[in-house]
Amino acid sequence: MEENQNPFQLEVGNLLAFNHFHNFPSLPTSRLAPFVIWSSKINRIAMHYDTYFLQTWYELVKECLQEGTKLVQVVADSLFNLLPSSQDVDGPLVKLPPPTTKLPREKPLPKPKPPTKWEEFAKKKGIKKRKRDKVAWDEQTGTWKRRFGYDSVNDDKDIPIFEAKMTDGEYRMDFLITTNTTYHPGEDPFPKRQDDKKKRVEKQEKNRLQNLKQAAKLGALPRSCLWVSMVARSLFYKHHFRPNFRVLREDAPPKKVTKDELGNVAGMAATSTASGGKFDRKLPGEKPAKKQGKHRKFLPVVEGSGIGSREKEQTENVLNKLISEHSHEILNLDKSYSHDVTMHNVKKEKKARNRKNQEGKSSSTSNKLKPKKQLHKKGAKKGPGSSKKGKA
Amino acid sequence: MMKIKTPKKGRVKRELDKRAPKLVETGKKTLILQGTKTSGTLNSVLSEIYHLKKGGAVRFTRKNDNIRPFESGGETSLEFFSPKTDCSIFVYGSHSKKRPNNLVIGRMYDHHVYDLVEVGVENFKSIESFTYDKKIAPRVGSKPFIAFVGEGFENVDELKHLKEVLLDLLRGKVVENINLAGLDRAYVCTAISSNKVYLTHCALRLKKSGTVVPRMELVEVGPSMDLVVRRHRLPNEGLRKEAMKTAKDQPKKKVKNVSSDAIQGTIGKIYIPDQKVGEMALPNKAKGVKRERREAKNKDANEHASKKQKEESE
Repeated sequence: MEENQNPFQLEVGNLLAFNHFHNFPSLPTSRLAPFVIWSSKINRIAMHYDTYFLQTWYELVKECLQEGTKLVQVVADSLFNLLPSSQDVDGPLVKLPPPTTKLPREKPLPKPKPPTKWEEFAKKKGIKKRKRDKVAWDEQTGTWKRRFGYDSVNDDKDIPIFEAKMTDGEYRMDFLITTNTTYHPGEDPFPKRQDDKKKRVEKQEKNRLQNLKQAAKLGALPRSCLWVSMVARSLFYKHHFRPNFRVLREDAPPKKVTKDELGNVAGMAATSTASGGKFDRKLPGEKPAKKQGKHRKFLPVVEGSGIGSREKEQTENVLNKLISEHSHEILNLDKSYSHDVTMHNVKKEKKARNRKNQEGKSSSTSNKLKPKKQLHKKGAKKGPGSSKKGKA
Repeated sequence: MMKIKTPKKGRVKRELDKRAPKLVETGKKTLILQGTKTSGTLNSVLSEIYHLKKGGAVRFTRKNDNIRPFESGGETSLEFFSPKTDCSIFVYGSHSKKRPNNLVIGRMYDHHVYDLVEVGVENFKSIESFTYDKKIAPRVGSKPFIAFVGEGFENVDELKHLKEVLLDLLRGKVVENINLAGLDRAYVCTAISSNKVYLTHCALRLKKSGTVVPRMELVEVGPSMDLVVRRHRLPNEGLRKEAMKTAKDQPKKKVKNVSSDAIQGTIGKIYIPDQKVGEMALPNKAKGVKRERREAKNKDANEHASKKQKEESE
C-alpha cells in the first residue's frame, strides 16, 4: 500500500503494522524479575547477576516499545494524511478502508432468501411497494383511525351502519366496508364476518409457512426459525397423547424418519406394555405390531384332568430323571460349559507341569476340577443338578 | 410431522437476527473461561483480558472440568457455550504441573472448533503494577493499534498462527468510520525468540508535532506478559477453505462470445444466421405481389385447368 521507503507491512483497515525485519538479539535464558535470594553469600553474586538480568530485560522492553512506536507512527501517518476526513462534533472522522488480512469467518455465508410467492407475483405484475400513512380516515365515525389492530378502520368488531336494499330477493348489504359477499335473508352476518376473518388469517399463515418451507428447501431459512419435530416418542403415550417436541439444530432440515424405523419404534412401544401390545387400542387401519411379545404360559395349579394334570406330569418326569440310576450320564459333557473349562485346564496344567519339571520344581498339584470326580458329586446332590436341568 | 416455529415477538426476532450470519462480518465475541485448576496469575490474566475486551466478551467464573480443547471429546462444552453466548473466540485458562499458567486461545467456525493455540503465560505484570498518569488511560471499547515486531512472526509456523489468532482476538469491532480523537491504545507484540512473544498493552499519547500528524508516544499501562507457544492445531484444509470464503469470491460467470484484446479492448462476436433469400419478405410490396391479385390469378388458372380436364375427359 505504501510507496515510500517504509519497509513495514501496513494494514490501515485493522490499524495493524508488522515489522518483519527486526531481529532481536539472543537473550539470556532466564529473564528474571527481582527474585528472592536466601543466602547472603550468594547474595553478592546474585545481586550482580540480578542487575545484569534486569538491565537486559528493561532494555528489551524499551526496545519493544521503540519499535512499537515506530510502527504506530507509520499507521497514524497514513491515517491522518492519506484518508479523507470529515469534521464531526467530537473530532475528525475518518473513513477506514476495509481490512485486507484474510481472517476466517465465524459463521458460514448466508444464502440469499428466495422470493416469496407474493414477491414473485409483484415482480411479474410490476407492483411496487408504496408507503402508507400510519392513520386512515374513517368515514363512519369521522375520525382518523389506525390501519389495523384495535380501534381500526373497517374493524370487524364495529357494528356497521348499512342500508338494506331488496334486490332480487337477496339482501345485498352495502356496508361501508367494501365486501362483495352476498348475504341471504335470515342469515346472521356477524358470525359470517368472523369466520371470513378467521379463514383469511389461516390462509395467510399457511402461505407464510409455505414460503418458509420453500426457503428451507434451498437452505436459506432465516436464523430466527426453528425446526421442530414431534418425535416418535409420542407413540409411547398411546393412551394419552402427549406431543413431545424436540428442537433440532436451527439450520438443519429435519431428518425424515422412514416407514421401517417408525414401524420398529411402534413395535417396541407396543411390546413394552405388560400384555405385549396385544390389547392396545389401535388406530383405524393400523397393522399389528411387528415385534411379537413373549408370552409366558403358566399351567394351572389345581389338579385335575387334561391341562390340570400337565404340571403333575412335568414334575414327575423331572424327579424320575434325577433319582434314576444313570443320572450321572444325563449331564451332557459336550454341551456343558464346565467340560470346556476342564479340558482347557487340563491342557494348561500339563504345560505348567512340563515347564516346572524342566526347571526342576515340583509340579503344582492342580486343585482344578477333574471331570469324573465332578460328575459323581453332582449326581449325589440333587439341588443344583435339577436347576441345571430346568435351564437346559 | 414437521413444524416451523418462528418468534412471535418482534424483539425476539430482532435478537435472533443479530446472531444470524452476515455477509461481511464485524468483530467476534470472546468467551473467557477456566478449567479445574487455576493459579493466581492466571486468574488475573483472565480477568484483565476481560477488562480489555469489555464490550465484546463474556466471562464465566465457574470451573469447567470437562473441557479439554486438544482432545477429541473435550470440546463439547465449548461447542455448547458458543451458540448460547454467540461467541466465536474463546480463551480457556488452566493450571497444572505440566503446563503451568496455560491459556488456550481458540476460534470457532459455525460454532465448532476451528483452530487452537496453546500458550503459557510467564512474567505477567498486571494493570495495577504500572504507574501512569490516569488521564491518558484508554477508554473501554476504543479501537486499538496493533503492532507486530519480529521476524519470528514471518518464519516460524507457530508464531504465524499465533499472530493471526492474536489479531482476531485484539482487534475488536470492524468499523467503517473512526474518530481520530478517540485513538488511545496500542498493543505491541514482539517475537523475542522462536517460541516466545512479549505482549503488552500501551496507552497512546498524541503530542504536538509540526505537521498534521501528531507524534505518537507509547506508555505501558496495561498487562504485559510473555507468551510461550506450547501447542497449536491448525484447521484442516477443507474447513479452512470454507471459512475463508468471502462474498466477493463468487466465480465470475464466463460471458460467451466476449473476449478482450490488449490493443482493441473488449471484443464481441455476433453470429448471424444465413439469409434465406427466397423466404424473405420484400419491403415494398410490388403491385404484382399483392395477395388478392395472386389469388385471383390462381383461381383463374384452376378454372382453366379444370375446364380443360373436363373437356379432355369428355
